[in-house]
Amino acid sequence: MNFNQTDDRRMISDSLRRYLADQYPVEHRIKIAYDAPFHDPKKWGELAELGILGALVSEDQGGFGGEGFDIAVVFEEFGRTLCPEPMLGNLMGLRLYGAFGQSDKVEAIIAGTARTALAVFEPEAFTDISEITSAAAQSGDAWTVSGRKSLVYGGHAADTLLVAARTPAGKIGLFEVEAPAADIHGYAMIDGGGAAEVGLDNTPAKCLSEDAADAIDAALDAGRLALCAEAVGAMDVLKEMTKDYLMQRQQFGRPIATFQALQHRLVDLSIEIEQARSIVIHAAGALDTPGRALAVAKAKNLIGRAGKLVGEEAVQMHGGIGMTWEYAGSHYAKRLIMVDAQLGDTEDQLRRVMELMAA
Amino acid sequence: MDLNFTPEEEAFRAEVRSFLKDNLSEELATKVRNGEELGKADIEGWHATLQSRGWLAATWPVEYGGPGWNAVQRHIFDEECCMANAPRIVPFGLGMLGPVLIKFGTEKQKAEILPRILDGTDWWCQGYSEPGAGSDLASLKTRAVRDGDDYIINGQKTWTTLGQYADKIFCLVRTSTEGKRQEGISFVLVDIKTPGIEVRPIKLIEGGHEVNEVFFSDVRVPVSNLVGEENQGWTIAKFLLTHERTGIAGVGASTQALHELKALARKLKRRGKPLIEDPLFAARIAEAEIDLEALRMTNLRVLVDASGGAASNTIASMLKIKGTVIRQNLHDLTRRALGPAAAPFPMDALAGNLAVAPPEAAASAASYFNNRKLSIFGGSNEIQRNIIAKDIFGA
Repeated sequence: MNFNQTDDRRMISDSLRRYLADQYPVEHRIKIAYDAPFHDPKKWGELAELGILGALVSEDQGGFGGEGFDIAVVFEEFGRTLCPEPMLGNLMGLRLYGAFGQSDKVEAIIAGTARTALAVFEPEAFTDISEITSAAAQSGDAWTVSGRKSLVYGGHAADTLLVAARTPAGKIGLFEVEAPAADIHGYAMIDGGGAAEVGLDNTPAKCLSEDAADAIDAALDAGRLALCAEAVGAMDVLKEMTKDYLMQRQQFGRPIATFQALQHRLVDLSIEIEQARSIVIHAAGALDTPGRALAVAKAKNLIGRAGKLVGEEAVQMHGGIGMTWEYAGSHYAKRLIMVDAQLGDTEDQLRRVMELMAA
Repeated sequence: MDLNFTPEEEAFRAEVRSFLKDNLSEELATKVRNGEELGKADIEGWHATLQSRGWLAATWPVEYGGPGWNAVQRHIFDEECCMANAPRIVPFGLGMLGPVLIKFGTEKQKAEILPRILDGTDWWCQGYSEPGAGSDLASLKTRAVRDGDDYIINGQKTWTTLGQYADKIFCLVRTSTEGKRQEGISFVLVDIKTPGIEVRPIKLIEGGHEVNEVFFSDVRVPVSNLVGEENQGWTIAKFLLTHERTGIAGVGASTQALHELKALARKLKRRGKPLIEDPLFAARIAEAEIDLEALRMTNLRVLVDASGGAASNTIASMLKIKGTVIRQNLHDLTRRALGPAAAPFPMDALAGNLAVAPPEAAASAASYFNNRKLSIFGGSNEIQRNIIAKDIFGA
């Protein structure tokens, strides 16, 4: 067994960490993440130049990575600075474009000249793609899609949307829609970054697959792994901020870090963060195996619980300062708590684990 | 043992309920229910409505214009107001300064200040915490130095809730650096328009403007604005902390939050069925209801035992800890009920025709984050544990 990253991955993670620290510090992030377009388009191009997008796709699909650990190192760095770039939607889009042989699209996204987003979930279908009601219709060779898509991460900043819709045969198909053809309503999320609600009404679409359910599930699991890794990066930083604050803040004539009640709480966070790191490693290792769904569900459940604990405890131990917008720690706490809501929360994942265990 | 409210208490509840039905506008109640930020006019208007019925200053004796209620009546009033989605009464003048003046103020102070609190002429805010004095309040440094018939105040206060609307601020200031830290603190009333005062907003985690920093530079205040004796401020502050602590459990607010949560869980669908039929989520609501049921009974035990609602420090601290944890959990569950639809910024979510959450829940994530304050302010839950530990271990 060997828990060291390969040299290639260490290079990606080192150069990304340097780039984000220098060019995309959390102060810059807080300025741009809450106002349209909720990210910094110039920086997107620079990230592409660093090769970050290529790391998310396998070699035979046009990239140079694509394994679970490649995804994990990229998103862990994103989590450390709360990078609000729409990487999640592009990760899932890249996986699907790759799976369905759209090499020109893969190439354009890796080069940073095009962006995409995955439009799967709907107002009453947030976790299980079998519940979606958006419909695709075919007339000759031409397809259209109709329906309402919710929480399309990065949908506000995409050139194309990959839309999951039910085909006349009753399967879940995957359709590419040009962004200007859809009714896209972008908004900021409470923890920063952008998402969109999407209205589709007989919108012209290109059919990538008439039976894409398994591929979409796999792409969503890659997205869940990414969110988990992002959370671990954010937890590490927020724990350090909390430790520094406890050591620096004086009350009753001494640093509050000298109070054992607070020491133990920071220790508990440290234990949970190590557990979180481990479950992400487990899920990353299982991403391309038959155990993928179970491993990812376990990770997302544990991360949901750990993220909430770390976020809430960090705010509480900071006191009033932790409640302020001006203090970066509050933005880390928000991200760690809201990450649970994306792509299925702790209860959804628990249910998945229970079902897969019983199967 | 008789766990029923008396017929008189039930009649009182009916009277409050019917008053609220007739006098609380649908528009205002909807704003409160949706968690929208209330403006100064909303709050002042509601205060005036209550004052017209003589119910604004719930804790004041009749001779000063209060309703003369006992602790159980105050509890019933609070519960009914919460369930009707009435705005919360802003406590700084009515719940804090008023009782302080009634206990420690001069006749002149009472005659001048109390009527202006009741009729809404003066909006008061609180100047206690400082950047370096939070949990350790006695370490406060804002100085008031005597100069003839004036004090000259220099320093900084923080976390001043709704200070942006205030006409006046009551402050704890240091008037002596001799002896024990607690013995050099005074309680002073300051007109916030006095030259040398600057109020700056603090933006909170969810983006709202609710608290402020207040800076004092060479602010001249007449010595007649002192409440009680010079250097008696700590006694007054402690009186405030122990006076009327039974409302601290927030049972009314939690009951209302649970009611809303259940309504939401019946309305929202998950996997094709109402969320309340999802066993994993329903179990969490049920646990919250169990915890609240016990708290309701703890709170009533205290109300009935404590003469006039002056609970012991330990019980008050227990109610504060448990009450805030339960309320925070309910806000958490409401946010979670929405799933990812809780994520949009509330104002963004409500704009346009593609809103993702029902309006009464659109602000649920913002409310959840904002209410992390509950376990921090008014003496953090850690400080409350210190108080209980002192009582248990006698140290």
